[in-house]
Amino acid sequence: MSNLFDLLVAGLATGAIYALVAVGFTLLWQTSQTINFAQGEFVMLPAFLMLAAMHVGAPFWLAIILGILLSMILLGLAFKMLLVDPMMRHGVLPLAIATMALAIGIKEAVKQFFSAEASPFPSIVPTGDISVLGHAVSLQSIGVLVVAILAVFGLTTLLNRTSLGHQMQAAAQNPTVARIIGVPVERMILLTFLINAFLVALASLLITPIYLAKFSSGEVLGQAAFIAAIVGGFNQVRGAIAGGLLIGVLDNLAAAYVSTQYRAAVPMIFLIAVILFRPQGLLGRAEERTV
Amino acid sequence: MKSTLLVGALLTAITTTGAFAQTIKLADVAELSGGGATVGTNWKNGIDLAIEEINAKGGILGRKLEVTHADSQSNPGVARAQVQKALDAEPYVLLGPGYSGSVKVTAPLAAEAGITQIMGGEAAELTQAGNKFLFRTSFGQQSSMPKVAKYIHDDMKAKSVAVVWVNNDFGRGGRDVVIKELERLGSKVVADLSTEAGQADFAADVGKIKAANPDAVFVYLNEEESARILKELKRQGVTAPLMGETTLIGQKVIELAGDAANGARGHVGLTTDAPVELIKGFRDRFSKKYNYVPDHNGLKGYLAVYMVKATTEKMGKVDPKAFADTLHGLTIKASEEPGILMDVTFDQNGDIDRQSFLVEVVDGKQVVKQVLPKLK
Repeated sequence: MSNLFDLLVAGLATGAIYALVAVGFTLLWQTSQTINFAQGEFVMLPAFLMLAAMHVGAPFWLAIILGILLSMILLGLAFKMLLVDPMMRHGVLPLAIATMALAIGIKEAVKQFFSAEASPFPSIVPTGDISVLGHAVSLQSIGVLVVAILAVFGLTTLLNRTSLGHQMQAAAQNPTVARIIGVPVERMILLTFLINAFLVALASLLITPIYLAKFSSGEVLGQAAFIAAIVGGFNQVRGAIAGGLLIGVLDNLAAAYVSTQYRAAVPMIFLIAVILFRPQGLLGRAEERTV
Repeated sequence: MKSTLLVGALLTAITTTGAFAQTIKLADVAELSGGGATVGTNWKNGIDLAIEEINAKGGILGRKLEVTHADSQSNPGVARAQVQKALDAEPYVLLGPGYSGSVKVTAPLAAEAGITQIMGGEAAELTQAGNKFLFRTSFGQQSSMPKVAKYIHDDMKAKSVAVVWVNNDFGRGGRDVVIKELERLGSKVVADLSTEAGQADFAADVGKIKAANPDAVFVYLNEEESARILKELKRQGVTAPLMGETTLIGQKVIELAGDAANGARGHVGLTTDAPVELIKGFRDRFSKKYNYVPDHNGLKGYLAVYMVKATTEKMGKVDPKAFADTLHGLTIKASEEPGILMDVTFDQNGDIDRQSFLVEVVDGKQVVKQVLPKLK
């Protein structure tokens, strides 16, 4: 039983990171019909940006800030202006394929400039345990959960409680009408790209101490987040959150109770079941777009 | 006049062949470039150092040694071509390659030519194919795992053991031997966990280890995965002692895992940090000649040449045909041949038995804690 508790906590911590990445997925889809297959690499890259900043002598806190800012410029602004905007007019599919190419490009570039070997990455949360309900739970797991929950809470507050959020919703739901009533749709779309870049940088900061900084570490993450977004509902932020947590827990339980060899298959099977029986996702709504 | 010329020619011929027969020719094929360049360069430098020492003392049975080095480019295909070329020159003994994959494809060539091959590969299967001409310079898994099992049972006093291994040839090979040995000794394997190469998340695996509550954990993964599981073991507060091989306590793992590597123990067949006077002497001479501290591959190359010396002196003649037969079952004592550094015995498969070392990570550094004796 204590084992189940540990697995749940570890699964939720990983799932919270998947959720951050999956939320970014749905945001981009909602506002600009971008299916970003480079999302996993987007999580891998900020860690290397932070490592590079530390390499030239920045302290860890400064490296984090620089890493996040650089990510927002590269993975938010530059991504939108140099790749999404020019490709968008050719349709959803060419854009999706372009993001696949971008994923390969980012991976190879990191391999070239850093190395193919893994590097250690410092943790923002100190190692150690605290006792929760009589179970020892690592501070790292709790730290990851807390940061992820805060980020998601902040995001939903922004979307539902502020004028800016309402404008973003409007831009996503009906860009034409939004434009007529004076919502700066283009700026709203750019904002979602920046938010996505911020979320992936945060995810990078949280996951890299555990997974190590490696050029290929985005592959697993991108896939998990993609599945999470579809399972939860591609058109709902809360769906992506639920999907992320669910996939994280499911993955850990599958590894423990089914077999390590088939752990990757279990979320896939779940994905197929969802697509067959509830194609809009667990929390998604059919034929509707909202953020 | 004619006859004097003939005699002169004959004399020249005799003296040249005579001088030619005076040197013993060895051929080395190693990873001098490509991914294995560190392995091959250490191996080559070890060989050159040993030959220089032996020649300075008058050679083997009064004959000097000579070696040719060829580059396999860390590529089995190139290794095969280079070995074929080396064998065509009919060397006394073939040295190398260092990579198991390259050894696998070249061993049949040497065996067919009837030339003994002394190599650096460590994969278990290499010496299990019935090749009568292949010899190791370091432990294969079938030699190291029994020592690991013995240490877990005798020294760690573990009655229950969790075994975590990576699901590839390397991991499965080690896992099969260690589990068999642990059970033979009477330590119960309470968790037998296979993991995937490249796996990032070890939370569930460590959860299973925790649930099994073993007295010791044997970790047999590649280096990056070793670092990840060490971190996760620490994160989940597993306190059972950790035992592994070189892959658990290597310098790269320590760098990646940081604090989490402290306390991990590993069995190491050869290390230049060994508390053995002869090895310290080797390390000093090597560092002086090449200006860097060798790794275990430098030791292997050095030992390969002294294996040639000891075997040849045992036969009392330079006989390539009888070489392999003589080396099978031979024990070479360091007291008689200091170049062999530690007493070593070769079995009928070309596997070796030798003392080895138990290394523990203390404050991010490898410390040799114990010398593990020969098995027999």
